[in-house]
Amino acid sequence: MKQDGTGTGVLTRRRTRREWEEEVLNPALKKSPERMREFTTLSGVPVERLATPENLEGWDPEEKLSLPGEYPFTRGPHPTMYRGRLWTMRQFSGFGTARDTNRRYRYLLDHGQTGLSVAFDMPTLMGLDSDDPRSEGEVGREGVAIDTLADMETLFHEIPLSSVSTSMTINAPAAVLLAMYLAVARKQGVPWPEVRGTIQNDILKEYIAQKEWIYPPRPSLRIIVDMIAFCTQQVPLWNTVSISGYHIREAGSTAAQELAFTLADGIGYVQACVEAGQNVDAFAPRLSFFFNAHSDFFEEIAKFRAARRIWARVMRDRFHAKDPRSWMLRTHAQTAGCSLTAQQPHNNIVRVALQGLSAVLGGTQSLHTNSMDETLGLPTEQAVTIALRTQQILAEESGVASTIDPLGGSYFVESLTDTLEKEALSLIAAIDKMGGIVASIEQGFPQREIAEASFRYQQQLEREEKIMVGVNRYREGGEVRIEVLKIPASVEPTQIRHLKQVRKRRDSVAHRRALDELLRCAEEGENLMPAMVRAVEAYASVGEICATLKAPFGEYREEKTYF
Amino acid sequence: MASIVKRKPTSEAVEISPQPSTGARLRLLVGKVGLDGHDRGAKIIARALRDAGFEVIYTGLHQTPEMVVATALQEDVDAVSLSILSGAHNTLFPRVIELLKKAGVPVPVFGGGIIPEEDIAHLRKAGVRAVFTPGTSTQEVIEWVRTHIRPRGESTAPRAARRASPRVSSRRPAAKRRKSARR
Repeated sequence: MKQDGTGTGVLTRRRTRREWEEEVLNPALKKSPERMREFTTLSGVPVERLATPENLEGWDPEEKLSLPGEYPFTRGPHPTMYRGRLWTMRQFSGFGTARDTNRRYRYLLDHGQTGLSVAFDMPTLMGLDSDDPRSEGEVGREGVAIDTLADMETLFHEIPLSSVSTSMTINAPAAVLLAMYLAVARKQGVPWPEVRGTIQNDILKEYIAQKEWIYPPRPSLRIIVDMIAFCTQQVPLWNTVSISGYHIREAGSTAAQELAFTLADGIGYVQACVEAGQNVDAFAPRLSFFFNAHSDFFEEIAKFRAARRIWARVMRDRFHAKDPRSWMLRTHAQTAGCSLTAQQPHNNIVRVALQGLSAVLGGTQSLHTNSMDETLGLPTEQAVTIALRTQQILAEESGVASTIDPLGGSYFVESLTDTLEKEALSLIAAIDKMGGIVASIEQGFPQREIAEASFRYQQQLEREEKIMVGVNRYREGGEVRIEVLKIPASVEPTQIRHLKQVRKRRDSVAHRRALDELLRCAEEGENLMPAMVRAVEAYASVGEICATLKAPFGEYREEKTYF
Repeated sequence: MASIVKRKPTSEAVEISPQPSTGARLRLLVGKVGLDGHDRGAKIIARALRDAGFEVIYTGLHQTPEMVVATALQEDVDAVSLSILSGAHNTLFPRVIELLKKAGVPVPVFGGGIIPEEDIAHLRKAGVRAVFTPGTSTQEVIEWVRTHIRPRGESTAPRAARRASPRVSSRRPAAKRRKSARR
């Protein structure tokens, strides 16, 4: 408060920001300087000492915020948000053989879970069979091993696909796994229009970050366009692509890069479908997103809010979508695996709670909270339970689910939202200039940007400019041992034996014919999905189908590796 | 945290005192074996080792042990490091060591990744010289390399005669390389 100049301390009017800086702040700084010369977010965005109305000069709440469920959805995609329905708590799991995982799923369903989320093992993710030499040592280790429809039948044994929604985290061979899921539905007598779920199916981020690819980008994109067209017609409740920033961030990107590259991937899919003659409003409402919830609390909240605003504008103004559901960005979030530490692993529980809270305040539609033992291996049942309980505490105890977008209007959060939006838009503009996301991937642009950011962060850690508790500060001697889930060595030979039995039992003529038909569709540009379903129904394996398509499509090799 | 970085020196390896400088730079292979695409750590390590003055050959992703060993031979490296986050370390490390032995080039093998404590003893027994787990700084790895890796066959053909690798995208020009002395 400004004094009246007579020294009597009578308050006359409030100080302006400048007066406050000169008369109050500067003397205080002289007495005791701040902890750091410069404050930045985890991603390096400068953070001002104080946000005031001046940060939002010319800022129009009508244009920037609007209302929940209203364009541009900054405050959330739904009018009631968590007051209507809490976010979906969807924990990702899968390990060993289909039989092992089926047992875990039935346990989860018996305990009230309504959605499943399938983690596949590395060979399946790469489109290889369990008996491929490259699969040795990896079968069933990081997820469930699926070779043929027989495994998929086992995975969903006694689980009615009419009453669960299933999320499948798979990309390069996504079409094969979707075909298997639909084949299981048919065997169970569930009509495809009733089948609900999500498939990640985001190949572009594979070239950018996760690096689990089979074919080059352009044929891969064609498969996705086929899948989207097919689902629009025949599996209308299926979410066709979960456009993922999660892995981009885990690979070391900044928040703005995560935002930009993810939305640019989304633009790539929409563009490809529109170019193939699909009506944007027919497929866009079935696209969803998947973002990381990292450690910088406000930056993450701002990122989710900015994502919705950018996507709404892109869909309305760039692609001329008319249906508000096409404008609306719906997202899943997962807490940041790369932020967890092997040192003092119990601290991870606290990290996950804060990250989960940022996703909720950012308005996510579903959430996976990581388990504290993730840096050591697959989570144990106890660690998974704590992670789930963390979400339940956020939802039921903290009160944050009672009101919509509680940080809306905060000078700081709004200006950070604007900053992230601006940074992301300028990266998207750079990608447009290169000729779009595929061209920019071919030129190595996102890959280089991420490698650079991740190295910068590592250096900041080593210089202690950024802190990880227990790693570069507050270290403790000695190890805290926590239990780690062990995958028995018997999984691999068991799975290989199953596969060999299926190969022996199947009708080899029908199998050959189905693969030939698939090849013909690929070569002649027909939609691949009907032939794909027939191939899996003839018990063709993931590896056989992917190998068949390598002939016309080719194999991807990373031309240059940036480090 | 991502990537590299290790908890504590797990190497009770034979202590080799730092070699006197011979002008030859250590050539190190950074291999990313396994099917997973987690290359953040491998790339950070490759760059940190390069910035520390070593010659680094990074294989890129999805390498089989056979591919890694073929590159190691072709590039005539002094040591092979492997980054593994897929859980297949118990299969892949011993395989690389065995193949190097078979090829008659038993250069030291070390590495890192998400590797549970209880597997480290097994890997050390199989001949892995050091295992770096999440939390190690790049500086620790660099120091370890300086202490434990020495140029192979100092008396053999001059390094300049070695074949350049088409895979290396960020190596400095050869002329510059030869001039800079090993620390």
